[in-house]
Amino acid sequence: MGSPAPIKDPTMPAPVLGPGQTYTTVTQKLSAIITSRTPLGWIAAMLIAGAILQLLMLSATWLLIKGTGIWGLNIPVGWGWAIINFVWWIGIGHAGTLISAILLLMRQQWRNSINRFAEAMTIFAVMCAGMFPLLHTGRPWVAAYWLLPYPNTMSVWPQFRSPLIWDVFAVGTYFTVSLIFWYLGLIPDFATLRDKAKHKISQIIYGVLSMGWRGSAKHWFNYEMAALLLAGVSTPLVLSVHSIVSLDFSVGLIPGWHATIFPPYFVAGAVYAGFAMVLTLGLPIRYFYGLHDYITDRHLNNMGKVMLATGLIVAYGYAMEQFFAWYSASPYEGYMMQNRTFGPYSGTYWSLILCNVAIPQLLWIKQVRLSPSGLFIISMFINVGMWLERFIIVVTSLHRDFMPSSWDMYHSTPWDWGLYAGTIGFFLFMMILFIRVMPVINIFEIRQLVANKSKHAETASADD
Amino acid sequence: MAQLFPRGSNAFARISIVVVLVVVGTGLTILLNTNRLHYTTDVQVAKKQPVPFSHKHHVTGVGLDCRYCHTSVEESSFANIPPVETCMTCHSQIWTESPLLEPIRESYRTGNPIEWVRVHDLPDFVYFNHSIHVHKGIGCQTCHGQVDQMPLMWKVNTLNMEWCLECHREPEKYVRPREEVFNMAWKPMDERGHAVSQALLGAQLIQDYDINPSTDCSTCHR
Ligand code: HEC
Ligand code: HEC
Ligand code: HEC
Ligand code: HEC
Ligand code: HEC
Repeated sequence: MGSPAPIKDPTMPAPVLGPGQTYTTVTQKLSAIITSRTPLGWIAAMLIAGAILQLLMLSATWLLIKGTGIWGLNIPVGWGWAIINFVWWIGIGHAGTLISAILLLMRQQWRNSINRFAEAMTIFAVMCAGMFPLLHTGRPWVAAYWLLPYPNTMSVWPQFRSPLIWDVFAVGTYFTVSLIFWYLGLIPDFATLRDKAKHKISQIIYGVLSMGWRGSAKHWFNYEMAALLLAGVSTPLVLSVHSIVSLDFSVGLIPGWHATIFPPYFVAGAVYAGFAMVLTLGLPIRYFYGLHDYITDRHLNNMGKVMLATGLIVAYGYAMEQFFAWYSASPYEGYMMQNRTFGPYSGTYWSLILCNVAIPQLLWIKQVRLSPSGLFIISMFINVGMWLERFIIVVTSLHRDFMPSSWDMYHSTPWDWGLYAGTIGFFLFMMILFIRVMPVINIFEIRQLVANKSKHAETASADD
Repeated sequence: MAQLFPRGSNAFARISIVVVLVVVGTGLTILLNTNRLHYTTDVQVAKKQPVPFSHKHHVTGVGLDCRYCHTSVEESSFANIPPVETCMTCHSQIWTESPLLEPIRESYRTGNPIEWVRVHDLPDFVYFNHSIHVHKGIGCQTCHGQVDQMPLMWKVNTLNMEWCLECHREPEKYVRPREEVFNMAWKPMDERGHAVSQALLGAQLIQDYDINPSTDCSTCHR
């Protein structure tokens, strides 16, 4: 680990910044990720992600040619991987918003070094999520009139009583606000890069992107105001988006989708998945670029705690689903739960419990929360577990509903896998590209941390 | 460091906001109206036919009734396009030498039908029925325009779904007495020939004919 500085005062939390950081070292170190020569490892990672991305191109093209028949979804499971993956990706995005909005409002300083790439993750994850419903229509070019209310030549409007249309608005707002918030935060850093860039073309590109930022007091005043307002706007989004996604299910009639815990349980699941993905990506980036002074033990510890807390809420959600199935006294709900727990998909169900409930309990141990490899492994389990959770919700409820004559099993096809893997490729590709052209860690906010620290130091020495 | 951008860039940046708004606005307006443009709907575009058959000549000039040729329009969903035998009832006697009619004569000799170019063509996922409309007092002219004035056939309505629904929602604006369905120049009037408002007449006819068009999806998408 990069910051071996022992924690002296047990009442003080570990520092959010490694020792010996000054304005210059921060700016040098963080902008060097972009301005230095392209590392070979970066090129290799880009090639791999690019190769996986081709799977997306291939699967999407074939889908558009042949139609959704190439997927495994069919009656009775009409909502297969498309919905599972949509919910999975949307969930992953949530950490970014939580970190950038709620933690900003709560003045949590440790957010500063992870918010930038968590927000980038949000944006790319929402893009991946958006692909699934669009492709699920089979004809994305006419999806506009299925999804958006506009005065079309059919004089029909989308069904406003359906959560599917609320989803369009929820996800659309979420994406727009996240994008603006992210961009706003990048402006001062773009200005730094503009001033650091050696090449004329990069100067111009970063110059245009920084929108004439000169760092005057007036600029900073406007910036702080805008950031605060946007944080206010995004805060309800952290809760609303996944609540509405959960309503996609709850408003339906299918057994297993009615538990009243759905919205909060989905939101907690989203934050859980989001933090897992932040770690999955953040730890390798930290290792590769040696960012141990910025993503410190304190960050790992805190993220581990957030995962533990949200994971417990999710576990409570699973328990409540079981309780609800029993308490409803509905034979369909009861059968659904029995089928989920002991039926043909019981293996998946128990793996889900293993990944999402059992293994993350290791996070109670502080050594695990401080160990990058331990956290990485646990976060991988959670990524898988959250996918299994959506699979269980969608498939076990649909494959055996009210009428035994229509019961069937769900079989995914290689094209389901292809599209899913392809979006992961897209996500990685965009993230890797992002690291190279935009500052992964918020330069100016870290400089603020340096400023705060030296101010404290001054007052401390004055007191002596 | 020298200034990266010239002074004018600020004005340029400000103007670009307006430009983007205008371009996006115009683009969206065009995009959202593509299905209404003449360019896509072919409204008022006369189609070239294998024989330049003129409704103007045959309906206004010769005085033929629509049903002489479109025989099944009252009983069936399909109005019928006449076979060449119908043309030959006259053209075996008159204009027998006309070069324009050569395809008709050839088709009559060989038995290969003429391939007329369709002017009104709903997508196959839409069900349409002429007989119900004719029986409930919707004139040919309401949907097809002044056919008796057309030297070549063209569409006067888009046949978009919104067009069907406009009438299905407010049929009183369009209904006429059944006996006037084939009249191309009908104006709202009472039995004695005095002009009345469509609103009054329509309301009356809705009751008389018990008109109640459905807007359920399954009416047209079966
Ligand atoms: C002498 C026979 C004849 C008579 C009478 C006649 N039509 Fe036609 N009609 C045709 C033929 C032939 C065509 C196909 C060629 C064309 O589209 O111009 C046609 C085409 C049409 C079409 C377009 C069909 C398409 O392709 O969409 C309409 C509408 C139509 N007729 C309406 C009328 C109406 C209304 C009347 C009465 C006022 C009428 N026709 C009288 C022969 C006739
Ligand atoms: C009731 C008799 C009658 C029938 C039926 C009839 N026509 Fe004619 N047609 C005429 C007459 C009369 C003219 C000449 C009109 C004029 O020039 O004023 C004419 C002219 C034409 C001409 C123009 C010829 C030229 O050289 O200028 C064409 C083309 C034509 N008809 C096609 C058709 C077709 C196609 C049909 C069958 C769908 C048809 N007609 C059925 C009576 C008829
Ligand atoms: C409610 C509107 C409406 C009315 C009224 C109407 N039509 Fe049509 N007509 C249509 C539509 C829509 C089509 C296209 C049908 C298709 O593509 O399946 C059509 C098609 C036709 C065609 C082409 C052949 C066919 O049936 O597809 C003819 C000929 C025609 N109409 C004649 C007439 C005549 C003659 C009358 C009057 C008795 C009439 N129409 C009344 C709407 C109307
Ligand atoms: C100008 C008015 C008008 C237009 C335009 C119109 N309709 Fe109609 N339609 C009616 C009326 C009136 C009825 C009869 C309603 C009733 O049964 O009382 C009717 C009935 C129908 C029916 C039969 C409903 C049943 O109960 O079986 C169908 C199908 C239909 N229309 C389809 C269409 C389609 C498709 C279009 C557009 C291409 C269209 N209509 C355009 C007036 C119109
Ligand atoms: C009165 C007849 C009528 C009724 C009722 C009707 N439609 Fe349509 N619909 C049409 C016609 C005609 C078209 C074709 C329009 C065109 O050619 O662009 C159409 C096209 C469509 C399309 C476009 C398909 C595509 O991809 O191009 C959709 C979607 C549609 N209808 C949905 C509906 C729904 C949903 C309802 C019920 C709320 C409904 N329709 C009721 C006549 C009708």
